[in-house]
Amino acid sequence: MALLEVQNLGISFGGLRAVDDFHLQVEKGQLYGLIGPNGAGKTTVFNLLTGVYKPGEGIIKLDGEDITGRSNIEINRAGIARTFQNIRLFKDQSVLDNVKIGLHNRFHYSTFEGIFRLPRYRKIEKEMDERAMELLEVFELEKEKDYLASNLPYGKQRKLEIARALATDPKLLLLDEPAAGMNPNETHELMDTIRFIREKFHMTILLIEHDMKLVSGICEELTVLNFGSILCEGETDKVLQDPEVIKAYLGE
Amino acid sequence: MKKIKLSRQSRSDLITYGIILLLSLVLFFVGQSSYQLKGLLVPVCAQIILAVSLNLTVGILGELSLGHAGFMCIGTFVGASFSIYMEQFIHIPALRFFLALLVGALSAGIMGFLIGLPVLRLKGDYLAIVTLAFGEIIKNLINMVYLGYDGNGLHFSMNDTASLGLAEDGVVIIKGPQGVTGTPADSNFGIGVLLVLLTVFIVLNLVHSRDGRAIMAIRDNEIAAESVGIHITKYKLMAFTISAALAGLAGSFYAHNYNNIKASTNNFGYNMSIMILVFVVLGGIGSIRGSVIAATVLYMLPEILRFMSQYRMLVYAIVLIVMMLFTWSPKAQAWKAVQLARCKKKLQPLTDKFRKKSSDELKKEGE
Amino acid sequence: MRFLSYLISGISLGSVYAIIALGYTMVYGIAKMLNFAHGDVIMVGGFSAFTIISMLGYPPALGVLAAIVICTALGVIIEKVAYRPLRNASSSLAVLITAIGVSYLLQNLALLIFGSSTKSFESVVNIPPLKLADGQVNITGETIVTILACIVVMVMLTLFINRTKAGQAMLAVSEDKGAAQLMGINVNGTIALTFAIGSALAAVAGVLLCSAYPTLSPTTGAMPGIKAFVAAVFGGIGSIPGALIGGLLLGVIETLGKAYISSQLSDVIVFGILIVVLVVKPTGILGRKIQEKV
Repeated sequence: MALLEVQNLGISFGGLRAVDDFHLQVEKGQLYGLIGPNGAGKTTVFNLLTGVYKPGEGIIKLDGEDITGRSNIEINRAGIARTFQNIRLFKDQSVLDNVKIGLHNRFHYSTFEGIFRLPRYRKIEKEMDERAMELLEVFELEKEKDYLASNLPYGKQRKLEIARALATDPKLLLLDEPAAGMNPNETHELMDTIRFIREKFHMTILLIEHDMKLVSGICEELTVLNFGSILCEGETDKVLQDPEVIKAYLGE
Repeated sequence: MKKIKLSRQSRSDLITYGIILLLSLVLFFVGQSSYQLKGLLVPVCAQIILAVSLNLTVGILGELSLGHAGFMCIGTFVGASFSIYMEQFIHIPALRFFLALLVGALSAGIMGFLIGLPVLRLKGDYLAIVTLAFGEIIKNLINMVYLGYDGNGLHFSMNDTASLGLAEDGVVIIKGPQGVTGTPADSNFGIGVLLVLLTVFIVLNLVHSRDGRAIMAIRDNEIAAESVGIHITKYKLMAFTISAALAGLAGSFYAHNYNNIKASTNNFGYNMSIMILVFVVLGGIGSIRGSVIAATVLYMLPEILRFMSQYRMLVYAIVLIVMMLFTWSPKAQAWKAVQLARCKKKLQPLTDKFRKKSSDELKKEGE
Repeated sequence: MRFLSYLISGISLGSVYAIIALGYTMVYGIAKMLNFAHGDVIMVGGFSAFTIISMLGYPPALGVLAAIVICTALGVIIEKVAYRPLRNASSSLAVLITAIGVSYLLQNLALLIFGSSTKSFESVVNIPPLKLADGQVNITGETIVTILACIVVMVMLTLFINRTKAGQAMLAVSEDKGAAQLMGINVNGTIALTFAIGSALAAVAGVLLCSAYPTLSPTTGAMPGIKAFVAAVFGGIGSIPGALIGGLLLGVIETLGKAYISSQLSDVIVFGILIVVLVVKPTGILGRKIQEKV
């Protein structure tokens, strides 16, 4: 059974058909790419998958569980975490706290225990610190743990956002243009990191990307969107040689 | 020797508590100098609690509330009524006062929860204006309340004293616009300082806890907070309710300093809410320490410098505007960054020298 | 018959609210900020007219003109000095708090200059009252002028926005500041013009308000200002017909509530309406919904 199964997904904004008859099947452990020209509806698909928008029609199943129409909080609890195209960090908080906020639903103590610093507060906070540091080390951010998130350089902000998403312990990770605004070196490094995450956390990853080098380098399968509907799908090499896809990207 | 290692956080908190104790000491001696100044010691504690609790909403949650005085108003009238009514049953003043503070805080907290539930979906300007509206409604309604008791228990009316239908030995507690009369004078400066410490303790520890991080996450980026599974409404309500409850605590404490209190516009209306906001803004939005200092200084200063009391509000207004422009305008921020860089550059040779010197010394020590 | 006269005075009060609400709604639509000081510009208008007419003894027409000129200038200055520097600030609370500061500044300046005692304002209207139904319904000259003024303002403003280049520029700026700038529209100028018009309207409202309820103090503008904002929200903020509908409805509800329910409760009713509207339909009667892009 596939980890993520999407059938007949669609949504309209006013008269505009943003996504139409979209389907997708991502297997456990796969690295799947969603590509397409600007305005093709890629981010809208992400917003539908994560519950930011309610689908007009269609079914979304995660690990066999129907999550269609649930709120973004419930969907995160069900096991989908994401990053954003325009980075959305908690910019006035420390790097460490950003990750600890990601751990919010994995560790619990009551408000009362928190305010009066009862033993459980100390124990759980310590566990949270340790877990957060582990994640920061994966992304080589441990030295910057006390920095304000907004003071990190751009590439590290992207990494921190991925670390925060992983902190929620998801089954599926959605990355919205992780290489946007990066130079070739940083992109290369990012490819390694993404591969590494998959190995280390046995993570299933669905990503949106413009950078063809990145896509062809790491994705096993692709779906190409154009004007809100699927233009082509399948193995990466085949898709990228498809004349329709080349036409959509390069024009006539 | 055992080494006690403090995190940066707890060190900063300790400094805040230290500042409060220091300020209390200064206030205590200032209060000795004249009868009038002594009369300000209880209200100034109430003001500090109000400022710190409003900062929880404005600085930590990141939403503007213009109805904070309304919550204080509830705490004042509920707390005072409780004390007056309970004087016949509870004969230990300390216990009665403690319960009155608790009841005042609880009632305001419940009100905060009930108000917050429908309105916290709103943001920014809209939330500000709705909280203002609630503050005014609370004040106006309390001005219509008549409450009294006799042998048969409590009597309540929204019309006038006569319709309370009290027996001959009955006592009127709240008399509409004339306010509540007969509150026992239980408040004093010492208790005030304790309550300030308690308030600061609650707010600071909340901020450094799991819930506090969630609240600040909502402030920084609501969409991202939702994406990591944080329940927006729950945490907004939590911050708002705690903030209201602390304002109620301040209100109840304040009430027990006066025999009679009216819910007038200056006391509990919009003006008062703005006054508290001024403390918060001038102390630095989000800085608990700043709120404590700003509330103390701004409340005491005009009373000490009597001659400027006429210009007090005018000066506050100007300072408020200048402060906002200087802190938030992108141009001013850029200017500050340039100045800071220039300063650093100028100081560079100095610090280098210092560093070299200290490293030399280290070497010597090593030898 | 009593109902009819209450209704008419409600419409008159509502007309004043509508004129003030227009200022709020235009500024909100274009600068995306709640101009808390708008109510106090009304008070400045009142005091300007009061100074010219009652203290210096010039004719009422001159007083009204002076009020308009002074308030217009004031509006533009406030925008330039206090609001413009914060237009691109990272926190939206910044400009709101600054506006509260400006509101306090104006109130306390007036307090220093004119004192806290309430002044009695000489009406600028000298039209005889209209008696209907054998004197059972009495419509004062102020009421007639207020309603007429509201109609004239509405018509002129609608024409201005739809028929002139400056008006079209306003629409463009309210839609998308960046795009308007790229199209060669002077965004700063357009926003300043909006504040100028809004403040001029506030001056008119101030004179009308003080004529109908002939008292004046530094806090005269605060309550009507807040209530007019309620009206603007009620009708749908950003919408000009919305301001008219919201203002009239609020005026009528307030007057009838005072007459039939309780005079003490009238403010509670007005604020209650605001809360219900914002909670149930935050966009008001004619407003549009804006969603944050993810």
